[in-house]
Amino acid sequence: MAERKDFHMMMNRRSLGQLAAAAALAAALPARAADEAPDALIKRLSNDVLQAIRGDKSLQNGDITKIIALVDRTIMPHVNFRRMTAAAVGPGWRQATPEQQQRLQEEFKTLLVRTYAGALTQVNAQTSIAVKPLRAQPTDTDVPVRTEIQGRGDPIQLDYRLEKTADGWKIYNLNVLGVWLVETYRNQFTQEINSKGVAGLIDSLAARNKANAGNGGAK
Amino acid sequence: MTTTNAIAKTCIAAAALVLAAGCATGPQANPADPFEGYNRGMARFNDGVDDAVLKPTATAYQAVTPQPVRTGVTNVFANLGDLWSSVNNLLQLRGEAALDSFVRFNVNTVFGIGGLFDVASEAGIQRHKSDFGLTLARWGVPSGPYLVLPLLGPSTVRDTAALPVDWQGDLVTQIGHVPTRNSLYGFRAVNTRANLLNAGSVLDSAALDKYSFTRDVYLQLRAQQAGQGAPGGGGDGGSEGGDGRLPPEEN
Repeated sequence: MAERKDFHMMMNRRSLGQLAAAAALAAALPARAADEAPDALIKRLSNDVLQAIRGDKSLQNGDITKIIALVDRTIMPHVNFRRMTAAAVGPGWRQATPEQQQRLQEEFKTLLVRTYAGALTQVNAQTSIAVKPLRAQPTDTDVPVRTEIQGRGDPIQLDYRLEKTADGWKIYNLNVLGVWLVETYRNQFTQEINSKGVAGLIDSLAARNKANAGNGGAK
Repeated sequence: MTTTNAIAKTCIAAAALVLAAGCATGPQANPADPFEGYNRGMARFNDGVDDAVLKPTATAYQAVTPQPVRTGVTNVFANLGDLWSSVNNLLQLRGEAALDSFVRFNVNTVFGIGGLFDVASEAGIQRHKSDFGLTLARWGVPSGPYLVLPLLGPSTVRDTAALPVDWQGDLVTQIGHVPTRNSLYGFRAVNTRANLLNAGSVLDSAALDKYSFTRDVYLQLRAQQAGQGAPGGGGDGGSEGGDGRLPPEEN
């Protein structure tokens, strides 16, 4: 019994150092993620996505399953999708049950990815993303990041709105060519909720997604 | 006498009904879209014509015409537009944009062989598309409510008023020979529609209600274009909800 106790004490002392080192390392990683500036984050994400598309022919051909996987893997961890959905749904969100809220998020995400996946097929070797300098105070917790997709033809404006959270900066609104996503869909969703309620909205979204899937997605 | 009175009364009643249908009232009324009833009807009509005539023609045109040819056609028409853009940029006191547009027009017409090749963009001279509606916006004219025009599609009250001036500035209008001019109008419409086939299908997939989606996107795009001309750059997306900021999340 005493031997086991000694053994445990020795283990504790030796592994304490290792534990401390591991803890320090683990603490450093999230701290670095939280410290990454919002414009640096957007630049990294944009380049990651561009590289992934350039390296994979099936993505360029519009393989929806792969595009969804790419979005889930690369982009979604940095998006506060719950906030985006809640803002788009509006006052009806608070009346929705947790299951309905979950469904709304899923259907909304499917709608967005299926619809705009077609845009990713336009990426070619000349496509590049220019991130404009961040115009915000260091203490701001809600910032806009402006980027421009350059390549063939006129540059396309692509702006983000990010909020600072414990896990780092998260995207909560998106703007393409001057059109803010959440605001646009808020009008769409409000119309549906006014006529059919939250359940009706979920059904409409599901029906739209089914129809899009039937058409082989947006191409 | 009595019959004429009855007919007159029926006509007035009918006209009143049409007007009332055009004016949005009731709980669904959108204050930003007072002509919603009329607009929806006109949008439906336009979609019908599009589905029946324009879209099939544009699809066929896209199928039989190689991309470089279509790019050339697009460039020629865009080049003609650059001259009018230059005039409007000047009227908006946007000197650099006016100069760019003017230089673009000259370079593309001469070196780009009548506008066929967009040499100016290769040289890095940016396009600053503009029209009389944006000039009016620059000088403080508010856009007014959303208005869907027959065949021409989304517009606003201000931009509709600006249309006759735009038509005068449109170089195609200056062509005296009417059949040629009409053919060019048609050709330009088909080419433009072909370029927008992708966007059209995105619209169909993205929207729950195509009419309101189109309206909201159009109004935001237009406000963005008008904002860019504003002194001070409007870089952070000035007007109406333009900076994308949302109220804090409530849990």
